[in-house]
Amino acid sequence: MALNGIQIFKLTPKKNCKECGCPTCMAFSMKVAQGALELSKCPYMSQEALDSLSEATAPPMKTIKVGAGDNEYTLGGETVLYRHEKTFVSKTRYAVSVCTDMADDVAEAKLAEVSKVDYERIGEQMKVEMVYVNCGSDAPADKYVELVKKAAATGRTLVLGVKDVETAKAALEVCKDGKPVLNGADASNYAEMSKVATDAGVVLGVSGASLDELYDTVAALEKSGNKNLVIDTTGATIKETFANTVEVRRAALKNEDRTFGYPSIVNVSKLTKDDKHMAQALASVFTMKYGSIVVVPGMDYADALPLYGLRQNLFTDPQKPMKVAPGVYPLNGADENSIIVTTVDFALTYFVVSGELERSGVPINLVINDAGGLSVLTSWAAGKFSSGSIAKYFQEEIEGKLKCRKMIIPGKVAVLKGDLESKLPGWEIIVAPREAVELVKFFKDMQANGEL
Amino acid sequence: MPFNRKPQKFNASIREVEIGVGEKAIKIGGENVFPFYTFDGDLGNTPKVGVEISDLGLDNPVPGIAAYYEGCTTAAQMAKKAAEMEGADFLALSLEGGDPNGANKSVDELVAVVKEVAEAVDLPLVVEGSKNVEKDSELLPKVAEVLQGKNVLILSAKEENYKAIGAAAGLAYNQKVGAESAVDINLAKQLNVVTTQLGVKPESIVMNVGTATAGYGYEYVVSTMDRIKAAALAQSDATLQMPIITPVSSETWGVKESVSEEADAPEWGSREERAIAMEIETAAADLVAGSNAVILRHPQSVATIAKMIKELA
Repeated sequence: MALNGIQIFKLTPKKNCKECGCPTCMAFSMKVAQGALELSKCPYMSQEALDSLSEATAPPMKTIKVGAGDNEYTLGGETVLYRHEKTFVSKTRYAVSVCTDMADDVAEAKLAEVSKVDYERIGEQMKVEMVYVNCGSDAPADKYVELVKKAAATGRTLVLGVKDVETAKAALEVCKDGKPVLNGADASNYAEMSKVATDAGVVLGVSGASLDELYDTVAALEKSGNKNLVIDTTGATIKETFANTVEVRRAALKNEDRTFGYPSIVNVSKLTKDDKHMAQALASVFTMKYGSIVVVPGMDYADALPLYGLRQNLFTDPQKPMKVAPGVYPLNGADENSIIVTTVDFALTYFVVSGELERSGVPINLVINDAGGLSVLTSWAAGKFSSGSIAKYFQEEIEGKLKCRKMIIPGKVAVLKGDLESKLPGWEIIVAPREAVELVKFFKDMQANGEL
Repeated sequence: MPFNRKPQKFNASIREVEIGVGEKAIKIGGENVFPFYTFDGDLGNTPKVGVEISDLGLDNPVPGIAAYYEGCTTAAQMAKKAAEMEGADFLALSLEGGDPNGANKSVDELVAVVKEVAEAVDLPLVVEGSKNVEKDSELLPKVAEVLQGKNVLILSAKEENYKAIGAAAGLAYNQKVGAESAVDINLAKQLNVVTTQLGVKPESIVMNVGTATAGYGYEYVVSTMDRIKAAALAQSDATLQMPIITPVSSETWGVKESVSEEADAPEWGSREERAIAMEIETAAADLVAGSNAVILRHPQSVATIAKMIKELA
């Protein structure tokens, strides 16, 4: 339970020493309650008070770090169930699955494909971040270790799906520096597995036959002192997996049950077998609903394009609109003489407008202005997309790069035409329709009238 | 100590709306839990999947769609074929050919297509307009008239034309009215309020709260649907308890990822596989966000999403 300022105040020394930087102990307590200050800023808290408070003020869901170096990822740490309430902070990470039950060449081909998807989308690099290495039930340790070695060579962060303690130990010997996840604890082996994970300094994944069993195992692990965990919520069926994943997250965030306050692993690959399209559907479902690591059977561009787009949208800060970088975007093979269309840097505007312009087939230079990531009318109203800002940007950045002197402006800011013409001598300003969907026809008409 | 389950029980529920007549009629809505939260309570009617065909036939189809409809020359033949698709619960006929900026077919011409299709199939029918506000206010009332007795869903009445379409479809000809707003909970609520003030019964309204393709401002869709379901169930807001239908395909088939040919983007691979994935992943997200029905095009997408609903419900 989160404490309020008064409850925290009762535990302070109440001497108003100001050493924490606040004028009074009351002010300090209020700031701690809001999460603006750490409790440890007060040098006079008794250990007893600190212990009781840190438990009570701890975040509802732990933040767990996996991987090393450039491949270190933060999981969990969420505070809300819905993105409009605040922000989702740790995006879903995708792991491609390989298994000792696969023929060597099949597994190798899969590992080779891991690096295929790698592209940038609105300032974010999209790739498969992890590899899930599963140990078949009867696989000998050396066979598993060989596969782990091959998987580690991809440079991705590993998740080791292995239930046998000795095999797990052997596998960690060859890959523990990469800080993999050891997804191997269950009700039968958790004490030994926990020791293996702690000795190697890696995160432990916990699974269970039911939510109750899972809950008891996590509670026992916490009691033994291991709080560096992730919870494998994969059940026997798709329905059970969805229920587990939602229940675990909801228990932690809504019902403040901290035993389930850990990131999740959802093994879609295990649920869908060879049904590639069902895997796509479920990857989408568990990106929406609370998968921290989603294990997929493979990842090609068809799988990735919608999935990474969805993730990028879902994990944006609702208070900060997505922006594209200002600059010239040549479309349909445009060169320096092609006609210019200009608009704002709000990502949604960019996507809608560039999509329609591409459909028109006309070579166009799309010039994106820095409008603070706001839509056309909003940025115009805020003074961030004005004749002054456009004229300045074109004179400083665009006139040297492009030779065409015909600029098409959004229909919603038709009012800027006169001003722009006087501020940009030599330019012809043309007003586009108000809606992007009308752009294709607009350009067809221009072509028919010989205006292009 | 076992895990203490705390189901979210609501006293309110989403309205149940029936579309179509006879054996194949479908019901959507009726649930009093969040999407697919079967562990909290009864889902009511499971979400439904529709197959979209167009009065324009096939435009630059991918091989799988071309093969599926091979030999079909009329809209009625296509409709029959679409109705046989594995996983199809209803048929969605798009009258995009009516768009004055496109083929600009006349109202009479389109109404003839509608009649032909309605006679060819017994699946429940959803009719999508031309997307042009003026044309739809003339076209959709006529559609509602000729389909009297078929209990179809007319998409869509918007803020600008809800009076003409709502009055014809919802009042005069006793059809179901699709109320379309643009990804904003307040606009959705407002349109439901004015449509009911017109006299249309709340149980005759299905919302299209607007959609996008995954990656294209989809966060607005998620938050709009999340907030609508929360308002409808947790706050018992009766003006937002209408079920939601989402035309997925008309969005996803128009984005670059689904349109670019393999020759233009060789590293992306097969155009058909990309277009299917865009459709499936967007529809799956729509459904867990709160859509009670989705409209799709590709047979693979329809089969997969229908199977996913079965697995989850």
